[in-house]
Amino acid sequence: MSQTEQSQTERGKTPGRLARAWDSDIAWSFRHSPVAIVAGAVSVLIILAAIFAPLIAPHDPFNPATLNLMDGFTPPMEPNAFTGNVYWLGTDNQGRDVFSTILYGARISLFVGFAAVILAMVLGIAAGLVAGYRGGWVDGLLMRFADVQLTFPSILLALLIFGIARGFIPPAYREEMAIWVLIVAIGLSDWVQYARVVRGATMVEKNKEYVQAAKVIGAHPAKIVLRHILPNVLGPVLVIATIGLALAIIAEATLSFLGVGVPPTQPSLGTLIRIGQGFLFSGEWWILLFPSITLLALALSVNLLGDWLRDALNPRLR
Amino acid sequence: MTAFIIRRLLQSILVMLTVALVAFALFRFVGDPIASMVGQETTLAERQELREMLGLNDPFIVQFFTFVSRAVVGDFGISYRLQQPVMELILSRLPATLELALVSGFFAFIFGVGFGVYTALRRGGWLSSSIMTISLIGVSLPTFLIGVLLIWVFAVEFQWLPSFGRGDVVDLGGWWRTGLLTESGRASLILPAITLGLYQMTLIMRLVRAEMLEVLRTDYIKFARARGLTNRAVHFGHALKNTLVPVITITGLQLGSIIAFAIITETVFQWPGVGALFINSVRFVDVPVMAAYLMLIALVFVVINLIVDLLYYVVDPRLRVDRAGAGH
Repeated sequence: MSQTEQSQTERGKTPGRLARAWDSDIAWSFRHSPVAIVAGAVSVLIILAAIFAPLIAPHDPFNPATLNLMDGFTPPMEPNAFTGNVYWLGTDNQGRDVFSTILYGARISLFVGFAAVILAMVLGIAAGLVAGYRGGWVDGLLMRFADVQLTFPSILLALLIFGIARGFIPPAYREEMAIWVLIVAIGLSDWVQYARVVRGATMVEKNKEYVQAAKVIGAHPAKIVLRHILPNVLGPVLVIATIGLALAIIAEATLSFLGVGVPPTQPSLGTLIRIGQGFLFSGEWWILLFPSITLLALALSVNLLGDWLRDALNPRLR
Repeated sequence: MTAFIIRRLLQSILVMLTVALVAFALFRFVGDPIASMVGQETTLAERQELREMLGLNDPFIVQFFTFVSRAVVGDFGISYRLQQPVMELILSRLPATLELALVSGFFAFIFGVGFGVYTALRRGGWLSSSIMTISLIGVSLPTFLIGVLLIWVFAVEFQWLPSFGRGDVVDLGGWWRTGLLTESGRASLILPAITLGLYQMTLIMRLVRAEMLEVLRTDYIKFARARGLTNRAVHFGHALKNTLVPVITITGLQLGSIIAFAIITETVFQWPGVGALFINSVRFVDVPVMAAYLMLIALVFVVINLIVDLLYYVVDPRLRVDRAGAGH
């Protein structure tokens, strides 16, 4: 294994790593898909904006010292009647700049989304590898469990898990634990896809010669699974993870919108939409509109990226 | 046949028991049931006595058995928050949810089949392409956002339709109060039903379109045309009829999802249904309501899946020949 790795890196050195990546099939497919380019650009833009929110945001929406209540309800691009301050996307009732709250909200949405996907991925891959490699009753048990879980919509499951977990946490910790409970709930509701795909791929891979060879050498089953089989089943996992990220972001937004997600002190995009809905009837449309557009752009572009990836990695479609 | 049915039934019972175990664990381990019942001045001895009387000192299995046998007859205790029997609460809100689910399912089916047939027959037309594009957006929009946007357009800007509640309801005798018989009730139903049904509609539409395109290529359609049948007879008598079996199956399976998504729709529109009750029980950790809803929703899903499986068995003869060989 180490030898093949070495020879690969050596071969990679001659044309240069970046050049090789640029010439790969997947990069070619990306360059020739306008949808993928736009979706990729939008996703990267939102993710970067979320990461660097403290640097980009005109002010910190969670620091009461920077807020001026007189600035409340300023429409976008118009000077405030009292202070004369101009905000790109307007302000909410507490005078918080909507643009800044969106940046910080996207940060929380993306954090929950990525963390939930990673949790689901780790659980699903582990279950899939064990089920596929071991077979027998372990496989039967895990897959029956997966079948049962698949009959429930994942958003309902996340809601139920969230409710149950919340019940078990002492009231004093409920608020501060909410974000982690949310991640666990969304992650647990979404592992089945990974497990099924990895199990299928593992069952194909485990009969191939390189696994046989590793067995003959006397390698430990855990080593065979992790070092030899795992890298070969990761392709489809990447596709599911991308689409799963879009679903996790929507699930988080939905739960937060319903008021059972992140606490109001750490508003995500869903929470912002929930807040915005309250001002719909009094005419402050911008508090609702801009977070909604951000959420939609994020979910849609990640989703389209996942669709493209699925087609690009599918050898039959080339 | 009997072996298959028995196996499926056993599986369903096992699922229900697992869910019951979770619900029971909620009851037993979330907080101290005694503490939520008595006042502060109750002595330790009195608490012990109450504990003994309620059977809280019994072995786990005995308590679980009591819980299940009570759940079977619909006794889930009293809501912590509303101080009413849980089953009474759920039953009084069930009609609202069922009416919403049925109307939106109906809406999804009618428009889904209609648009699906239209886009399949007029492939490439500008109306078809715009319907397909809009459906793509409809799929990627989260349900709650659709609801909020509908409220904005139709309730706030145009002020055509109410944005919350059920409107006036009529008592149908007993516990069923319907909003379908009054004008305000029907008006209040429109936006929530569209919100809830939109996703299912796009799903049905895409399915019908794909199936129609498939069927229209088959030989019997060519023969039907060769026989000189009108377009209408070919499209609706032959093609559509043959696409409906998978469509009905999928719609049936989606019924569970409609009930699940009703939670979201009910919260957006403040619809007084079971879903909104559940969300509030999660927010306030109202364990009896949560446990009852958990069992109820599991029952709905298990029953739907059981029926669909049995229907497959009846419809598809291949499943009957050697079920054992299929590896299930």
